[in-house]
Amino acid sequence: MIWQIELIILVIVVICGLSALAVKDLLGAAVLFGAYSFMMCLLWAIMGAVDVAFTEASVGAGISTVLFLAAVFRTTRRTKD
Amino acid sequence: MKAMGLVLVVILGGMLIFGSLDFPLWGDPHSPASSHVSPYYIEHTLADTSVPNIVTAVLADYRGYDTMFETIVIFTAGIACIFLLRTFTSVEPVSRLYRHIPTGITLRIKKGGKVPEDSSDFERLDAAWVPYDLIVKSTCRRIIPFIQIFALYVIAHGHHSPGGGFQGGVILGASLILFAIAFDLRSAIRRISERLTAFLCALGVLIYAGTGALSMLYKANYLDYGALAGLLGVDPVSARSHGILIVEIGVGIAVMAVMVILYYNLASAGRQDEGL
Repeated sequence: MIWQIELIILVIVVICGLSALAVKDLLGAAVLFGAYSFMMCLLWAIMGAVDVAFTEASVGAGISTVLFLAAVFRTTRRTKD
Repeated sequence: MKAMGLVLVVILGGMLIFGSLDFPLWGDPHSPASSHVSPYYIEHTLADTSVPNIVTAVLADYRGYDTMFETIVIFTAGIACIFLLRTFTSVEPVSRLYRHIPTGITLRIKKGGKVPEDSSDFERLDAAWVPYDLIVKSTCRRIIPFIQIFALYVIAHGHHSPGGGFQGGVILGASLILFAIAFDLRSAIRRISERLTAFLCALGVLIYAGTGALSMLYKANYLDYGALAGLLGVDPVSARSHGILIVEIGVGIAVMAVMVILYYNLASAGRQDEGL
């Protein structure tokens, strides 16, 4: 596998994870978390774990983002801290 | 408080990293997993179960207990969500919005006013109303059947290609959630009621556990699908493949129902009335 692509994806994973923690807007955090999951899905696929990648794409990037959005819709969009 | 949390996280993370030093190297041929566990599955799966996808065979057959209790964990999550969020005391909203369909006029009916619930000329709108969007509705109307067919393919084809009950069930649940988002929560609940989702999430677990119990009736171990050969009319090796398919269907039904339950309760804050 081309290691440059892996490096880029790993950097994006770390950036997405840290910025999902740092961002004040919870809607943005949910979307960033979805991007994080999708990049993790690419990493699993690179490592050859296609079943795990499939689960990560459907559960992590798909459903959990929607559930986060539903929770944000019913609570508040901005964090207190 | 925040500093204490940071210290705790750093200590925990450090301990996890320290613990991972004891792991064998990635792809180490002499680690226990590579020296006798994986080779057994790689060499024997096709002969034992006639399932080409080794991951599915390991998940649903060799480690069937693990997957069964994973399904029960998901079932428990759905039940816990109902217990935590669902409110049965109906709070009458301050006002309700109705649209008169022929003229497109929106009416706000205050509490205690006469509600045109049965009239076919009026449709109820959510308070957090989003404008009628023809493009979103039409696109979803056409896309959802294909998503559902893909989900059924993922469930049914899970032992030949990547996929299986969990992924297929999640995609099936996502298609129903997409419907609820594109239209509104009430029209989704009219089609797939809360009672039905609760029933389906229990039915999925019952299918999985019942398949295991059925093989016990044929004097084999729990979840030993090879014993179902006489019932299914195939040889024991194919029976294990069919048994995997049956439990994957159960997992798919349970996961789909739980995803819909989670969405219904989260989006409507447990009232299952007006939602996202």
